[in-house]
Amino acid sequence: MTTAPNRSGPRRRWPSPRTTAWGFLAPLVVYLVAFYLYPLLRNLDLSLRDHTVRSFVRNDAPFVWLDNYVRVVTSAAFAPALWNTLVFTALSLVFQYGIGLALAVFFHQHFRLSVPLRALFLVPWLLPLIVSASTWSWMLNSESGVVNSVLTAFGADPVNWLTSPQYSLLAVLVANIWIGIPFNLVLLYSGLRNIPPRLHEAAALDGAGGWQRFWRITMPLLRPVSAITLLLGLVYTLKVFDIIWIMTQGGPGNSSTTLATWSYELGFGSLLPRFGPGAAVGNLLILIALFFGVIHIRVQRRQEAA
Amino acid sequence: MTGARARRVLTATALVLGLAAACSGPGADGRGGERDYRFWDPYTQFGDDSEWAALVADCGRRAGVSLHRTGYDGSDLTTRAILAGQQGSSPDVLVLDNPVVTTLAEGELLLPVDELPVDLGDFEENLLESGELDGTRYGVPIGANTLALYYNADVLADAEVDPAAIHDWADLSAALTEISAKGHRGITFAAIGNEEGTYQFLPWFWGSGADLEELDSPAAVAALRLWKGWLDADLAPNSVINNNQTTSWQEFETGTYGFALNGTWQLANARASGIDFGVIPIPSRHGGPAPGAAGGEMVTVPVQEDPRRYERSRAIVECLVSDDNLLTTDTVLSYVAPVEALTARQRAEDPELSPWISAVREARGRTANDLGTRYPLISENLWTAVGNALSGAETPQDALAFAQEAVTSDFGR
Repeated sequence: MTTAPNRSGPRRRWPSPRTTAWGFLAPLVVYLVAFYLYPLLRNLDLSLRDHTVRSFVRNDAPFVWLDNYVRVVTSAAFAPALWNTLVFTALSLVFQYGIGLALAVFFHQHFRLSVPLRALFLVPWLLPLIVSASTWSWMLNSESGVVNSVLTAFGADPVNWLTSPQYSLLAVLVANIWIGIPFNLVLLYSGLRNIPPRLHEAAALDGAGGWQRFWRITMPLLRPVSAITLLLGLVYTLKVFDIIWIMTQGGPGNSSTTLATWSYELGFGSLLPRFGPGAAVGNLLILIALFFGVIHIRVQRRQEAA
Repeated sequence: MTGARARRVLTATALVLGLAAACSGPGADGRGGERDYRFWDPYTQFGDDSEWAALVADCGRRAGVSLHRTGYDGSDLTTRAILAGQQGSSPDVLVLDNPVVTTLAEGELLLPVDELPVDLGDFEENLLESGELDGTRYGVPIGANTLALYYNADVLADAEVDPAAIHDWADLSAALTEISAKGHRGITFAAIGNEEGTYQFLPWFWGSGADLEELDSPAAVAALRLWKGWLDADLAPNSVINNNQTTSWQEFETGTYGFALNGTWQLANARASGIDFGVIPIPSRHGGPAPGAAGGEMVTVPVQEDPRRYERSRAIVECLVSDDNLLTTDTVLSYVAPVEALTARQRAEDPELSPWISAVREARGRTANDLGTRYPLISENLWTAVGNALSGAETPQDALAFAQEAVTSDFGR
């Protein structure tokens, strides 16, 4: 079959390969535009307008440029929320990664029962978040929680985990770390399996001890897996909302409020939704995640170049 | 061009069209048809086989439509109603928590009751005022509730406390101390950081003589100090800070508490609990019953593009608030009827409702006195202040001062 040089010729190929390609791409493009691009743009638009219920309904809210962002950033709640977000994210990552790695190394030894035990460690990942969060909130309850009864049994004073401003962030942090460990365990474990055993054998023959082999072989070779684990963990932890909302609602006061819960609180948490500031906080959160994502890509490129 | 290729292109096109249609087509939720009416309410506890659902469906039938009912969780319902209003897809009849009615009315989402019209002559004035904005009424009360103090008679007897002798805050605090001294727990309530927390605090706030326009008045501080004092002296558990009214009730049901601050709707649970219980009005600071906040829902009719739909909506509303149906609804919900003549029937059928009927009559609308759409912001700052003070993050004085400042600066904290 030959292509006719005359475009209006009767034997023109239709559809052209290009048209076909677009035809196949179309579902994906429509999907991306409808479910990713449009919501993002809509959220941006929401955050740049001054909404009241009336103007939201009529769709005629005045455009106020960055006014919502200014109001959010200068609000007394911003600094604590940002600080809580950073503390929550950083400590979650450190402990999830640390404990996940320790467990991965532990299970890499292939002892008896290691498979069923490893499966058990996956349980937090399999449970719906509402179940885990509600269970933690029962366990940490001031009055009837099992944690406090254990503390009392050992002669310690009970702690108001969820209802005191000093402990509420710690309480949600512990729950979040527990939920995040399996994710780190699985990724790091598969990373460990990809390190050829002969490297360890060779190092052992050269007289390297366990610690030395861990720091000089395991860690460097695990770096790409670690980086992606930490980046995914970061994005996931920044947006953690359900655990905190179910356990403390960001309270008491705003002692466990993060940017994610604050955004929800502004948009949906009170009788009168404030869509503008709520969307602004959400967008700030996206920017933060994007910032770390870009850093990650930069670092990765430099490593590959080196 | 081969047949197979053409088929592939066609499939791809069909997929795209199908997706587009899925986004914009008439929903499966009953929207669109002239005789299909939609009905939203916050009663998620009632499934399709409940008495309430049957009553709603029956009112639809009488109005000559098939009425599709959906229940949404309380605060979710507000957001959905606003979003639906923006999309021009409001339900035909909407049952709403009363403090939200003015907010939606301010958004011009609701039709004034006068324009339907439905006669509001028999309804209690203090219940109607929650649905009033600038002198226009937007909601018909479907039932009312308020708070009072449930007590556990066994616990009180053990501590030799006479519930009938509690008239003011000092009496109550003294009683709690007696109960606590006997090894029981004093009182449980719900101070969670949402509307429930404000709702529970208001009887003490108003009972102290405070006004929602001035959150940091000495009277308001006194009310918050009362609660804080109970926590400090361990007369109330620390868990109240995170309690909602259901978890607070569960604490009372353990049988270790002397008092529980809770609502009309728990009456059925109280009877089922096996606890020998009684009910007293909430005392005000210097004696006498404190005014509670009027709780309960209102039936509203959202604005529609096609005004011809209102005629049938009116028929549905009138059916829902007709005497017998109101009585059925309020019995199912364990609410007090919003019409005086009906409360007499309720009292005759169930004498235990008596204290609740009196309490509802004294109750105040949260959005009344032209507070309207400012109430949500005031309430949010009030519950935040209560949480901050009880958890010890701030003193009651400071917490309420911050709250008042936040209200006047028109933006949350």
